[in-house]
Amino acid sequence: MGEPAESLPQTIDLAEEYRTSGVDEVLEELDRELVGLKPVKQRIREIAALLIVERARKAMGLSHETPTLHMNFTGNPGTGKTTVALRMANILHRLGYVRKGHLVSVTRDDLVGQYIGHTAPKTKEVLKRAMGGVLFIDEAYYLYRPDNERDYGQEAIEILLQVMENNREDLVVILAGYSDRMDRFFESNPGFRSRIAHHLDFPDYDDDELLAISEGMLAGQNYHFDDEAKVLMARYIELRRSQPHFANARSIRNALDRARLRQANRLFSSATGPVTAEELSTIDADDIKVSRVFTMGMPDSSEGQS
Amino acid sequence: MRITQGCFSFLPDLDDTQINAQVEYCLEQDWAIGIEYTDDPHPRNNYWEMWGNPMFDLRDAKGVMMELDDCRTANPDHYIRINAFDNTRGWETVRMSFIVNRPAKEPKLDLARYDRHGRTQSYGLRAGG
Repeated sequence: MGEPAESLPQTIDLAEEYRTSGVDEVLEELDRELVGLKPVKQRIREIAALLIVERARKAMGLSHETPTLHMNFTGNPGTGKTTVALRMANILHRLGYVRKGHLVSVTRDDLVGQYIGHTAPKTKEVLKRAMGGVLFIDEAYYLYRPDNERDYGQEAIEILLQVMENNREDLVVILAGYSDRMDRFFESNPGFRSRIAHHLDFPDYDDDELLAISEGMLAGQNYHFDDEAKVLMARYIELRRSQPHFANARSIRNALDRARLRQANRLFSSATGPVTAEELSTIDADDIKVSRVFTMGMPDSSEGQS
Repeated sequence: MRITQGCFSFLPDLDDTQINAQVEYCLEQDWAIGIEYTDDPHPRNNYWEMWGNPMFDLRDAKGVMMELDDCRTANPDHYIRINAFDNTRGWETVRMSFIVNRPAKEPKLDLARYDRHGRTQSYGLRAGG
């Protein structure tokens, strides 16, 4: 071989790299299937670009360090944090950043033990399972209980930090939770904040996006609104937003579940002959109109609500 | 004396990359991995100490390698083996077992003669220094 010992490529076609990684499919899918979430999608694009550039640099022998990709998802309930985390595992896998691309989703219960010496093996067990993939810690702030200084959560945090630092190429840790409580969590655990490079904030959905989401959810189950029902649903979303315990897409899912319940009941009580597929899959205005959201009126009504 | 039992034991010792590749293969087959260690390599010694519970739902060999490193640190001068368990038949069957760590000086197995009832003699292996 007459070539010099190092045969590093001189140029790398980034567009080609992008195409072969198959990541554009994932990003397109993300755009298509997830409504709204502009800043989040933008950030994911940036991360994907970074990883492709990083890979090119590695091929040319310019970098040896693995970039830190631990992430923090904050946002109100029902804004799609878990859904995006699942996609994230897939994206990172396609980019060759994690080896297996599975998602291990845990909460405090899975990490923290009940008595002395129970926590470390439990946390290690979870970490071992997550190796080669993504560890998703939902409501991560519960790990730290400031009111109890002997709480075993601290032990789990220490092990996590150590693994996040030493096994960067083996797993990606994604924390998720509500913004204000996550901020407080980071204040009391500064080590965590500095080890997390990407803080993604999930914005609330606006009314149009929620309507699009509700239609998407119904379509996924082979249902659809009729015209009147769609108008009512838009009104419903508007009203629901001002009432307590509003949880974005999750509230919508619950509302739709109840609408399906009412639709089934309506079909039973009103059917005089055989029903058609069309009837079975249409949610009409009556199924939504009877919702308590319309009758409740003011948000500070003393009545409980469902 | 070099103890030969399980897979690969007539080959040179596997290095960590090779162990990693073997474990990766086991995980691809959906086998669970257990780590065991002992200081008594007698072939009839079926009961090696378990290093923690067998690992049932790993996806990546890194988890096993971490445990193996811990086990090596704790028992540097012991035999350590990795067992892979297959549960397709409804119980955990060892499908693969290989030694991943040996003491610097391996004990000898001597052939010993025992006097038995009457003038009978029997022979057996005895792990000696």
